[in-house]
Amino acid sequence: MSTNKPSFIESVWDFFCSLKLSIALLIGLAITSIIGTIVPQGNIPPEYLQTISESKFKLYQGLSFFDMYHSWWFMLLLYMLTVNLVACSIKRLPRVWKIVSEPQLLMDEKFEKSLSLTHEVKVSGDSVAKMKSFLKDVMGEPVVTERDGAIHLFVQKTPWCRLGVYVVHLSIIIIFVGALLGSFFGYKAFINIPEGEAIDTVYTQKEKPIKLDFAVKLEKFSVSYYNTGAPKEFKSMLTVLENGKPVPGLTNRPTIVNDPLSYKGVTFYQSSYGQSGEGAAYHFNVAIRGRGEGVHLDLKKGEQATLTGGAKLEVLEATQDVRQFMPEFSGPAAKVKLQMPGKAPESFIVFKNHPEIEDQRKGELVIQYAGADEKLYTGLQVAKDPGVNIVWLGCALMTIGIFMAFFLSHNRLWIRISGGRAVLGGTASKNPAAFERKFEEYVEKFKKL
Amino acid sequence: MTSSLMFNITTILFLVSTLLFFVYLVSKNSSIGLGASLVAFLGWGIETVAIILRWKESYDMGHGHAPLSNLYESVVFFAWTIVLIYGILEMKYKYRVVGAFVMPFALLGMAWAQLGLHSGIEPLVPALQSNWLLYHVITCFLGYAAFAVACGISIMYLIKARAEGDAPATTASAGSVIGMFPSIRILDDLNYKAIMIGFPLLTLGIVTGAAWANYAWGTYWSWDPKETWSLIVWFVYAAFLHARITRGWVGKRAAWLSIIGFAATIFCYLGVNLFLSGLHSYGGSLK
Ligand code: HEM
Repeated sequence: MSTNKPSFIESVWDFFCSLKLSIALLIGLAITSIIGTIVPQGNIPPEYLQTISESKFKLYQGLSFFDMYHSWWFMLLLYMLTVNLVACSIKRLPRVWKIVSEPQLLMDEKFEKSLSLTHEVKVSGDSVAKMKSFLKDVMGEPVVTERDGAIHLFVQKTPWCRLGVYVVHLSIIIIFVGALLGSFFGYKAFINIPEGEAIDTVYTQKEKPIKLDFAVKLEKFSVSYYNTGAPKEFKSMLTVLENGKPVPGLTNRPTIVNDPLSYKGVTFYQSSYGQSGEGAAYHFNVAIRGRGEGVHLDLKKGEQATLTGGAKLEVLEATQDVRQFMPEFSGPAAKVKLQMPGKAPESFIVFKNHPEIEDQRKGELVIQYAGADEKLYTGLQVAKDPGVNIVWLGCALMTIGIFMAFFLSHNRLWIRISGGRAVLGGTASKNPAAFERKFEEYVEKFKKL
Repeated sequence: MTSSLMFNITTILFLVSTLLFFVYLVSKNSSIGLGASLVAFLGWGIETVAIILRWKESYDMGHGHAPLSNLYESVVFFAWTIVLIYGILEMKYKYRVVGAFVMPFALLGMAWAQLGLHSGIEPLVPALQSNWLLYHVITCFLGYAAFAVACGISIMYLIKARAEGDAPATTASAGSVIGMFPSIRILDDLNYKAIMIGFPLLTLGIVTGAAWANYAWGTYWSWDPKETWSLIVWFVYAAFLHARITRGWVGKRAAWLSIIGFAATIFCYLGVNLFLSGLHSYGGSLK
């Protein structure tokens, strides 16, 4: 005996087949996603406590607001979306597949009544051939079927575009699979490499070391500037070393922003740079004004040199290219502090490319900057993501699927010939208004046959 | 002639077109309507030339790049895409009144750009030196523009639906401005058509953005506020598309979803930069 009440399983199934659930999930995802754009994600607790109270902090932490896109409840929404998608497809796909794979070849009178676009004309004996070439003209080669004394002609255009929606939905699942693969088997990390050194260990955001089976050497790092002083290019010359030997083709490979280096599925992205600080020496020439050559002097940062005569010289700051701070100058520059005996210390900037500036200072000593042999380091982002190609496959499918679903229409035409009459019927899966106009044109031709 | 002068002419033409559209609404004089459209398209033509000229000017300055690299250039381009999408819909479906609810968006964009934004041509920072910039920005903004048009149509829908709800359709609406509006069934359909243009373009915009991020920084998705907001917009319009095939969600609710979607779009475009902390990856990769 059957009851009218659906079983528990059935009601769960109906729940997941519902399009209302899809709308609720999509809007729910849209609204909850806002949280993570307002609450900064992934900071350390003291940073949060500077802006919010302790009790709020505890509450937010309990709700996983600080890493919400990986929280259990956000994941739950995404998994429910996936189940919803699969359930809806299982329920609807067979029906759509049937339309695509088993075309309705016959237009009997009952089916004719269900069509909104039909037209009937009187015909004479040899009409079938004419009707066939008419359909071939307007849409394509028709299929002819004889049934119960009537002749049915059928032709259709792009039936497979009905699958577009399912291609879109499948592509979403494929993208999820690619993202999961990446999160399980890939990593994001970084390395800093000083000039001249080779490094084979990278560090994840949580400072976990990962050893590569090759090494990357920074041959040289350089920055260039526009004449406005804005940076133009950050460039690391990198060499990949396999067992200590350079890999052909990856020797002195320039790596810039927007042009990364890839080797064995690991990719290195230009990300930052800096001065590797210790040990750099700054070179100066110090002369007494009007007395020729002078002496050469090497200084380290923070070190004070005492010159003959008791003057003291110290390097405060230095840069390899001053243009980013003072667009009107270029090249290396150093800010120094000079203290002449018995006088107050003065600090000023000396430029390697602009010695005339030092002449304008009119000091007792002439200090010329000859540049530094300081070392730079490059900061590279390192990523390995074995799921990324699956994600791109999903994106490509999504684009194709959306195109099929929006811009193609499954159009069908039938003609039934019986008892000296012919009936033309038609229907389209998309844009009925446009098809109606087309159908009227077909009818004009049809009448003249 | 400089591009900046031509952008000023565009702004004035958009203003004239908007005013003519309003006069058209009140007067119902179809030659005024035609004039409003023609002035809008003339402004668009001049803006097109101006954009190309600005592109050339950047080459003359020695650091040539497409004029899509800062807020000023993007707002100008946004206005251009709005008129383009409106023009396509008008050519195809011939509902001119829609212009009265769309041209104000384009005018607002141009006026803000010309009066309130810094318009200097700057060289590209390293993070933006990529062809992906072009693909990404063009697809996103064409999508945004289609949503702007859909929003204008939805506002018309709500006004019309309300007037028809309040009074018998025949008497009340025939005499007033609302009588000029297409029927709500047609407005509903136009709304869907505009979103059908916008949704694929936004999808391509998100995909090209992800591809670029992956190419330049090694992550196609990092939940940065800009990315997340574009996904929020995408979710809202996906909800709209599904709402249309569900009974009980067509009509008014679909129109509201379209308006909310455009509000989210504008927040994604401007609000994220103005209100939210956190770096959008564009400028942030190299400090
Ligand atoms: C919660 C998960 C989802 C479910 C259960 C679902 C279900 C459906 C169903 C049943 C249809 C109608 C199919 C038909 O007409 O036979 C549809 C249409 C569609 N879906 Fe989904 N969907 C979901 C999520 C998405 C998402 C995230 C997208 C984003 C791209 C999407 C894109 C589309 C498109 C483009 C259409 C065609 C709409 C139209 O023709 O107007 N779906 N969906």
